Amino acid sequence: MADKLTKASIRINTELCKGCYLCKATCPENLIFVSGKLNSKGYYPANYSEEELDIEKHACKGCALCAIVCPDLAIEVYRG
Amino acid sequence: MKKVFGRPKSMKAAEFHYCPGCGHSIIHRLIAEVIDELGIQEKIIGVPPAGCAVLAYNYFDVDMGEAPHGRGAAVATGIKRSLPDRIVFSYQGDGDIAAIGTAETIHAANRGELITTIFVNNGVYGMTGGQMAPTTLVGQDSTTTPGGRRLERDGFPIDLSEMLAIAHGSVYIERTSVHSPKHIIHTKKAIKKAFKTQIEGLGFSLVEILSPCPTNWKMSPIKANEFINSTIIKNFPLKVIKDEVGKL
Amino acid sequence: MGEKKLLRGSHIIAEAAVRAGCRFYFGYPITPQNELTEYMSGALASVPGGVFIQSESELAAINMVIGVSMTGKRVMTSSSSPGISLKQEGISYLAGQELPAVIVNTMRGGPGLGNIAPSQGDYFQATRGGGHGDYRTIVLAPGSGQELADFTRLAFDYADKYRIPVMILGDGMMGQMMEPVEFPDPIDLDSLPHKSWVLDGAKGRESRIIKSLILDTAAMEEHNWKLYRKHEIIEREITHVETFMIEDAYMAIVAYGTASRIAKGAVKKVREMGLKVGLIMPKTLWPFPKKFFLEAGSFITDFLVFEMSTGQMVEDVELALRGRRRVHFYGRPGGVVPTPEEIAKAVTTIYYREQIDRRD
Ligand SMILES: Cc1ncc(C[n+]2csc(CCOP(=O)(O)OP(=O)(O)O)c2C)c(N)n1
Ligand code: SF4
Ligand code: SF4
Repeated sequence: MADKLTKASIRINTELCKGCYLCKATCPENLIFVSGKLNSKGYYPANYSEEELDIEKHACKGCALCAIVCPDLAIEVYRG
Repeated sequence: MKKVFGRPKSMKAAEFHYCPGCGHSIIHRLIAEVIDELGIQEKIIGVPPAGCAVLAYNYFDVDMGEAPHGRGAAVATGIKRSLPDRIVFSYQGDGDIAAIGTAETIHAANRGELITTIFVNNGVYGMTGGQMAPTTLVGQDSTTTPGGRRLERDGFPIDLSEMLAIAHGSVYIERTSVHSPKHIIHTKKAIKKAFKTQIEGLGFSLVEILSPCPTNWKMSPIKANEFINSTIIKNFPLKVIKDEVGKL
Repeated sequence: MGEKKLLRGSHIIAEAAVRAGCRFYFGYPITPQNELTEYMSGALASVPGGVFIQSESELAAINMVIGVSMTGKRVMTSSSSPGISLKQEGISYLAGQELPAVIVNTMRGGPGLGNIAPSQGDYFQATRGGGHGDYRTIVLAPGSGQELADFTRLAFDYADKYRIPVMILGDGMMGQMMEPVEFPDPIDLDSLPHKSWVLDGAKGRESRIIKSLILDTAAMEEHNWKLYRKHEIIEREITHVETFMIEDAYMAIVAYGTASRIAKGAVKKVREMGLKVGLIMPKTLWPFPKKFFLEAGSFITDFLVFEMSTGQMVEDVELALRGRRRVHFYGRPGGVVPTPEEIAKAVTTIYYREQIDRRD
């Protein structure tokens, strides 16, 4: 989980996600994207991956806004 | 790194059955967070409604007893009168509380029952497929108000919380919303205050929460939240409707 | 032991309820049973832990009953016919949730607002469940002051034992009559059997749910069969009937509650004339004493069902006898209370018309 370069991180349980994208709309850093892979419920889940981010410019600050708006408790937030 | 946000302890590890973007599950989580923070998981008893939240007992890891449609306040009254040192809450939709259960709610408030009511106002009968609720806005579409709610035929949306504020036994009544992070955070504070009002034995407390029903509003979850922001809060203003907590 | 008191019927039920450990009562005024509510308001104010609420409606009352019952305490509500109709939603939930409760119906004339005179028009409603769904409630039909007291105690015991709503079915006449009653000593609340299913906060145990919603059809079916099996056990265990002078009878009046008191007078009268007539008084209306009737049918050829209605229990008597014996009916609905002479006349008419003692 720990990443040297980030002070915070989120983990999205893509199986719980129902694709409402409220998190994506809420993230002030625009770090959440829509996965191209359907989950078993049949939704394209929201996703977050540090590999795909330019963390020099955008990094998760651990504000937890995405988790706060997520109706499905799919997001956990971690801070270093 | 340390987990700073996750599933509250007093929620079961169950997937919600609610539609994408539904406010019910956010409100469930807030209640559970408050239960955890107040340390009352072993002392609280919940009363779920008939409505989309009928299965709330599958999510809360606390004792729960089902009420018939609209009778939450009366069932909660029975539980609380029997166990005065427990915390009792009813969870009710707008149809449940403001149509079929109006009488039970007003009288429980007026008796000053030491219960807390979470009133989820989504302006529609969600569970039965989107019929007009007592809170449906004038002009708002529903399956029984095609073309929009008409005053001449359907009357006004009901301001139940304001009516409850008139009741002498109510102590704390606030209308909040869950359409944005800020409002969600505030709603949690209101729920906490409502439970504390009960714990301190002050009287009846209620939080009315404006909540999106994207499915029956036929909007995307994002649009549904925008609709609350642009339109619903003009009709149901967010405010502390009654607060006598400090005065008692 | 015990204590002898002279009380009116409504007060007998109330006093017996408190002695049975009932500490919670919720009710809404309706004639002819207000004395019961009034008595409970005073009685529960003077026992520790007593809670009385004059609710805003019968609906509210029965739902408060549900709430208390979920916590495992003994609880009662009472009303009269129109109010019992309102309670039916909650009674159905009590049955579905398998919650104990005691409900008193002091029947009055109906349908609709009807009148406030004694009637027995709610027999079907009481014995067929009353509300929606596939269920039954135990229905007790006391016929004397002493039975009002005894059956009230029994009602609470049965409710707890079988986790089922129990109805005490009376009428305005039973509620008003003054009779001396020997009350049992108040029970010690701590002596009541422990309930393992109650809601009292999930402390040191898993959280509990009390509900009647079962969306899965297979599980709902199983729940219905489970209730059915419970009903079968109740039928075996508590069916109760009493008789008067049936040993040598060719004919029997069948009546419950107030009607059975009138019928007793009628039996005494026709016996003076030498008619071999007895009286059968079902005390549990559900479960109905079916087996007893089959046995009685081995020597009684004619059954005259007398009800203060247009005929409801008569169907149960016919069902119980399965067409093997003649079933007659005499009814006075609408709150009319006939005299023993009137019933005696009805008996004699049938007795001679059917040439009862000349048949074998
Ligand atoms: C006595 C009775 N009447 C009607 C219903 C059907 N019913 C179930 S939920 C509901 C309304 C739900 O609307 P609301 O309370 O606004 O809650 P929501 O589903 O929108 O969360 C109705 C009419 C019922 N269960 N019981
Ligand atoms: S808010 Fe939750 S459910 Fe909605 S898209 Fe994001 S992770 Fe998925
Ligand atoms: S119908 Fe509406 S209120 Fe019900 S679960 Fe779906 S979004 Fe939520």
